[in-house]
Amino acid sequence: MSFFLEVLITGLLVGIMYALVALGFALIFKASDVFNMAQGDMSLLAGLALVGFLQIKMPLWLALICTLAVMVILAYVTVFVILRPLVARPPLMLFMATFGLAYLIQGVGQSIWGTDAKGLELGIPDKSFDLGGIFVSSFDLTFAAIAALLLILLVWFFQKTRTGRALRAVSDDHEAALSVGIPLLRAWVVTWIIAGIVAIVAGVAWGTRLGVQFSLSYIALKALPVLIIGGIDSIPGAIIAGLIVGAGENLAEVFMGPYVGGGIQTFFPYLIALVVLYFKPYGLFGKEIIERV
Amino acid sequence: MFYRECGNYKDSYAKDMAIFPIPLDRYGFIVMLILAFVVIPLFATKYWITNIMVPFYCFGLSAIGLNILAGYAGQISIGHAAFMAIGAYASLILYGRYGIPLIPSILGGGVVSAAVGVFFGLPSLRIKGFYLAIATLASQFIIQWVIVHWKWVSGGVFGTVETPDMQIFGWAVNTPVKKYYLTLCIVGLMAVFAKNLVRGQLGRNWMAIRDMDYAAEVIGVNLHRDKLIAFAVATFYAGVAGSLITFCYYGAANIEEFHVMVSFALMGMIIIGGMGTILGSFLGAGFFVLLPIGINQSLGAFMKVVPSDILSNIEAIIFGGLIVLFLIVEPYGMARLWQTIKDKMRLWPFPY
Repeated sequence: MSFFLEVLITGLLVGIMYALVALGFALIFKASDVFNMAQGDMSLLAGLALVGFLQIKMPLWLALICTLAVMVILAYVTVFVILRPLVARPPLMLFMATFGLAYLIQGVGQSIWGTDAKGLELGIPDKSFDLGGIFVSSFDLTFAAIAALLLILLVWFFQKTRTGRALRAVSDDHEAALSVGIPLLRAWVVTWIIAGIVAIVAGVAWGTRLGVQFSLSYIALKALPVLIIGGIDSIPGAIIAGLIVGAGENLAEVFMGPYVGGGIQTFFPYLIALVVLYFKPYGLFGKEIIERV
Repeated sequence: MFYRECGNYKDSYAKDMAIFPIPLDRYGFIVMLILAFVVIPLFATKYWITNIMVPFYCFGLSAIGLNILAGYAGQISIGHAAFMAIGAYASLILYGRYGIPLIPSILGGGVVSAAVGVFFGLPSLRIKGFYLAIATLASQFIIQWVIVHWKWVSGGVFGTVETPDMQIFGWAVNTPVKKYYLTLCIVGLMAVFAKNLVRGQLGRNWMAIRDMDYAAEVIGVNLHRDKLIAFAVATFYAGVAGSLITFCYYGAANIEEFHVMVSFALMGMIIIGGMGTILGSFLGAGFFVLLPIGINQSLGAFMKVVPSDILSNIEAIIFGGLIVLFLIVEPYGMARLWQTIKDKMRLWPFPY
């Protein structure tokens, strides 16, 4: 039983990280109807930038600020160069534009900071400790705590602050938001900056675990099923689905994996997603789109 | 002046239905065929034939499949490369293990891929838009896992299966030129078939579904059947393309060649080439295949050996930049640019 709990808790801790990445998608989708395929590459860019700044002997806090600056620049460039000419185009076209953005971020980031895999060492101890008979990695716990903190901050930001309310207004109805005087492009920039911050946390968390390299951009692919299970435009959905997927894939890998040959975590989240979508086509908490001819 | 409809009377149904109603287009097409069938095999170097033309045709064929699914039927799929993998492994197993003749096993690879494709198309009956796009990613990961982990499929080490010697009725397909002809014939026939498919009833149904599926259902399009047919046709094309590229270019089926990045690249190809056109699939594929070589050549003027990481980075920047640029400036891709040129030629030398 305690082994089961251990697997479950490890899964849940990873699930919080998935939730965070999925949240990056959900935020941008809510605010600007853009399904951002470049989210994973933004994490890669953040990881590359942080390692790059640390390599030129910057202290950690300065390096983090510089990385943030990189993400802010990215947000401005994306909104003003790519999205502004595409306003009012169909959402699928914006989706494809972020495909291009993903390639651009990969190319530019790796030209500046190099393609070779780099280690990212932040001095967080990686040892497991005992929680009443259950062993938990301190590493997972630290990042789950940071991610949970960020989640709470984001929810608070969206519910309580003035800017957050403006962003929610934009996500409800672009034109109505414009007519009450909310600057649309600036709201988008803020959203993309928030997505950039999420990307930094995700990039650092997975970068310390796996090393900063090209495959870091695939973490977005793990967050995509989380996103559609919860519903593309739902923040609580992303969190709950993240926990479901994290726990589910870890339990499946440990208890089912040995019978079918292992490595099933690569696709198990997608299986969960297919099953959930069969019963709820817009995810657990997604807004149902009612279409009329 | 020369390129015009004037005096070109359509006095039979056949002429009215022609793919190229304007004579100059027909002559141009014949010139292209001569180029492909005679000039390239005679004069191109071995490197060009094997490493550029064959992958170009194969990716073009796969892009036609994706274009039918995404550009005509409006069902975005980002797991297309996995179906190429199915085609590759299935045809190798059919040909190498069961001794079925070459052409039927290449097509059989397509059929197996289409069967799996219909299965993964089933979610499209219930979900759509972004939800569907992500659900199609499931196919990529599940298929990849099955190929790597089922020893019966991959035959063991790292999911790699070598291609056996190829022959058709005792005629050995062993030189680059012979492989080139094999690819060209199959790709050419299937391209013509696709062109006619999208001009007919089925293609119109697909376009109606793409433009507004509810409205299509109201005017009597069988939504479920036609969506599944689109998945079947698209994955059939992907399967044949995958098996051709394995037989004639890679030489061994390897799962790494059909990675999720290839699926993304195929998506990029049809965006740059032009969504909803057959010509655009080839233009996009040609662009994708020629881009690294073009960069290599132009950088080669400055340095002796171009490092592979710089090459891949510049490739990514240009590819991504062009996707964005095309979406902003010309959302219908290179094929629409060609159409614009033709419209200009029709009026030349007058401005309008």
